[in-house]
Amino acid sequence: MARASSRRSRIGYTIAAWVVALTLFFPILYTIITSLKTEQEAISGFSLIPSFTLSSFEAVQTQNNYWRPFTNSVILAVGSTILALIVAIPAAWAMAFSPTKHTKNILMWMLSTKMMPAVAVLVPIYLIFLRTGLMDTRIGLTVMLMLINLPIVVWMLYTYFREIPGEILEAARMDGASLKDEILYVLTPMAIPGIASTMLLNVILAWNEAFWTIQLTTTNAAPLSAFIASFSSPQGLFWAKLSAASVMAIAPILIMGWFSQKQLVRGLTFGAVK
Amino acid sequence: MATRQTAGLARLMRAPAIILLLIWMIVPLGMTLYYSFQNYNLLNPAAISWAGWFNYQYFVTDPAFMAAIRNTLVLVLGVLTITVVLGIAIALLIDKPIWGQGIVRILIISPFFVMPPVAALIWKNMIMHPSYGVFADIARFLGLQPVDWFAQYPLTSIVIIVAWQWLPFATLILLTALQSLDGEQMEAAEMDGAGAISRFVHLTLPHMARAITVVILIQTIFLLGIYAEILVTTNGGPGNASTNLTYLIYRAARLNFDIGGAAAGGIIAVILANLVAIFLMRAVGKNLD
Amino acid sequence: MGRITLEAVTKRFGEVEVIPPLNLDIDDGEFVVFVGPSGCGKSTLLRLIAGLEDTSGGRILIDGKDATDTPPAKRGLAMVFQSYALYPHMSVRKNIAFPMRMAGVPQDEQDRRITAAAKALNLTDYLDRKPGQLSGGQRQRVAIGRAIVREPAAFLFDEPLSNLDAALRVGMRLEISELHNRLKTTMVYVTHDQVEAMTMADKIVVLRAGFIEQVGSPMDLYRAPKNLFVAGFIGSPKMNLIDGPEAARHGAHTIGIRPEHIAVSPTAGTWQGRVGVSEHLGSDTFFYVEGTGLAETITVRAGGDIDLHHGDTVFLTPDAAQMHRFDDTGARIA
Repeated sequence: MARASSRRSRIGYTIAAWVVALTLFFPILYTIITSLKTEQEAISGFSLIPSFTLSSFEAVQTQNNYWRPFTNSVILAVGSTILALIVAIPAAWAMAFSPTKHTKNILMWMLSTKMMPAVAVLVPIYLIFLRTGLMDTRIGLTVMLMLINLPIVVWMLYTYFREIPGEILEAARMDGASLKDEILYVLTPMAIPGIASTMLLNVILAWNEAFWTIQLTTTNAAPLSAFIASFSSPQGLFWAKLSAASVMAIAPILIMGWFSQKQLVRGLTFGAVK
Repeated sequence: MATRQTAGLARLMRAPAIILLLIWMIVPLGMTLYYSFQNYNLLNPAAISWAGWFNYQYFVTDPAFMAAIRNTLVLVLGVLTITVVLGIAIALLIDKPIWGQGIVRILIISPFFVMPPVAALIWKNMIMHPSYGVFADIARFLGLQPVDWFAQYPLTSIVIIVAWQWLPFATLILLTALQSLDGEQMEAAEMDGAGAISRFVHLTLPHMARAITVVILIQTIFLLGIYAEILVTTNGGPGNASTNLTYLIYRAARLNFDIGGAAAGGIIAVILANLVAIFLMRAVGKNLD
Repeated sequence: MGRITLEAVTKRFGEVEVIPPLNLDIDDGEFVVFVGPSGCGKSTLLRLIAGLEDTSGGRILIDGKDATDTPPAKRGLAMVFQSYALYPHMSVRKNIAFPMRMAGVPQDEQDRRITAAAKALNLTDYLDRKPGQLSGGQRQRVAIGRAIVREPAAFLFDEPLSNLDAALRVGMRLEISELHNRLKTTMVYVTHDQVEAMTMADKIVVLRAGFIEQVGSPMDLYRAPKNLFVAGFIGSPKMNLIDGPEAARHGAHTIGIRPEHIAVSPTAGTWQGRVGVSEHLGSDTFFYVEGTGLAETITVRAGGDIDLHHGDTVFLTPDAAQMHRFDDTGARIA
């Protein structure tokens, strides 16, 4: 009796969960389907079965020079992440392993910089970029993305480093390890998983950043987020081509995201929820 | 652990991040403050003069300002309500033993990874378009007149898009919290005669309080800055119907080239964001250790 | 050789003085236990000896040489941590080899010592596992193995058994004692558990709030506690402490009498009371006697076959020769 009823409720829950999941995923799914249609099919009513043509993908690449924004996105996301890690790893390390009575305050202050609305500094940043020639350059935008994500990176690394027990470092010191040995043989191997997760999350955040990329680029350094936003008026692309461009813009990050769900929770909540 | 040699080194290692963020915080904010008291328009860059409080007066008395404040509130509160309520419901559902839980999770989390401009374009063209969108197809199938979403319900449409983007985030965090709920506690409550509803009210909800707090705090920070979704879909219109504070300031700076006005708006945005932050921290602070 | 001398060693954290100037001699080959309630400074003292904390004043001598400013690795000491502090990404073999690798011990010598340590600690079958795959007791042994192979002048143990369950704790206690008998190396051991202190130590150092309350062999401390604190801390069940007129009758502010030094009779004796809870351990029985008017309860040890029940009237007679007397400052009256 009990078994049968629990099986029945499991079936019910499963159906409900799949309905919710497919509903939420539907806009993405339909975009993928549309990207595989011809333009004619795309605007001729609802249909879930495309003709599986790749012509839209080809068209986006040839007509709209898709590879430039794609390359820009990769350079910006990876570049800003590496820059952020170079600055954040030593800082998070020091705060985790040699905390002072100000460490908590410094971390809270870093978090508070994230609360500053981006638009509040739009004017000065825009003018600085205009006057120093950083406007529409990859280097300018890379530094920008590094700065806006730095607090999250420091926080996330800090929470990971904090999980490395202090006694292990003391044990290494007792065992005769110099600072170099300690970093090389003990800390780095233990810290690598945390650093990798942080890197993944930051690439996702930088890839999807849309405010500053739209404000500070025109064509030369524009990543996918700015490139796609320029199609807000329908004359730019047709339905199928727009879908193809969208799919290409989100596919890499979608796949990375699927692998980093756990880290995402941690990173975006500044370690408050694990 | 803090022996003398390590303390000095630690200071050196912390310095770059702190200095960078300090500059990043002080310099632009100081410049914004400075410009907010200047008459400065990029169309006439030679004519810079002291403006006193004029920019603030001008910005606040603009009818678009009150509309923007109202829209910002509707946007933030609307999305928060939808995401928290549905987030709890979905988290409870997929926490149950179901087949294909891994795939369900992946499908549900996916919208979060869609960059804002793409999310907006998908909804604008694939779903809500008055002639080619799926909603229009459904309406026609039911024999109804298709709705022109962005013309008739611009703000609601944007709330729907943004809620779709943030629902996965809320769900994932609430699910994580839910999974850390002690099973024995639930069994004890069941032994004590608590029904499913009172178990949810007295055990599950209090257990998730911290996670709900975190969801509200973090989403609010991001929701105050909603920009690309508006730019791509409605451009803030019709009129000011879907202009939020961020978009209003963007318009002043980039479309009207009014540096002084935009800077004043920026300072107002900082003050409001801080008010919200303090208010939120107060209201929900007891849930954060 | 492993003689450790502390001369007026002081430790302050900011304004707070956790260790006031403290002097202590630890002889070569001695098993010394630092014991005291949590927060008494016993772990800080051990970490000062290890060099993991800087002293705020005074000198630490190891084998007569001033080691106050010597970094931890150069002091020739090995430490076993409460959390074991094993390197999670290294196999057991690599964990044990790590200090030798740091010291540049030749490979064949490393292998020889690892094999010997693994055999002595029953770890031979586990050398290629990661610490995460081991039980608590096995991890503890790996931590000890890592300490042994360094052939240190002294071993430092920081509450090494507190993460183990009760049965394992007794077993490891014996293993560590046996290790000490075999190696004859100085060991300094920190615990809050007075049973561990009593069973393992050659010399116990009782600490409270950074002060040494008493130093001596386990039986010295048991027989002649220098003050009320030591009297109450050492011994299980605790010594009965009685204030008031009964103490004054013996010319003291407080008198103390251990449970085993009180005779029990159903008919006659000095003190009268009622049997409360009784714990039958088989060999012994502990009675918690209420209503004597002396203290809340008086704990008494009697033989295993005594026939007294809850609520029975009972008469107690303390052995005057075994009575401890303390003045109003808590100090022992000789």
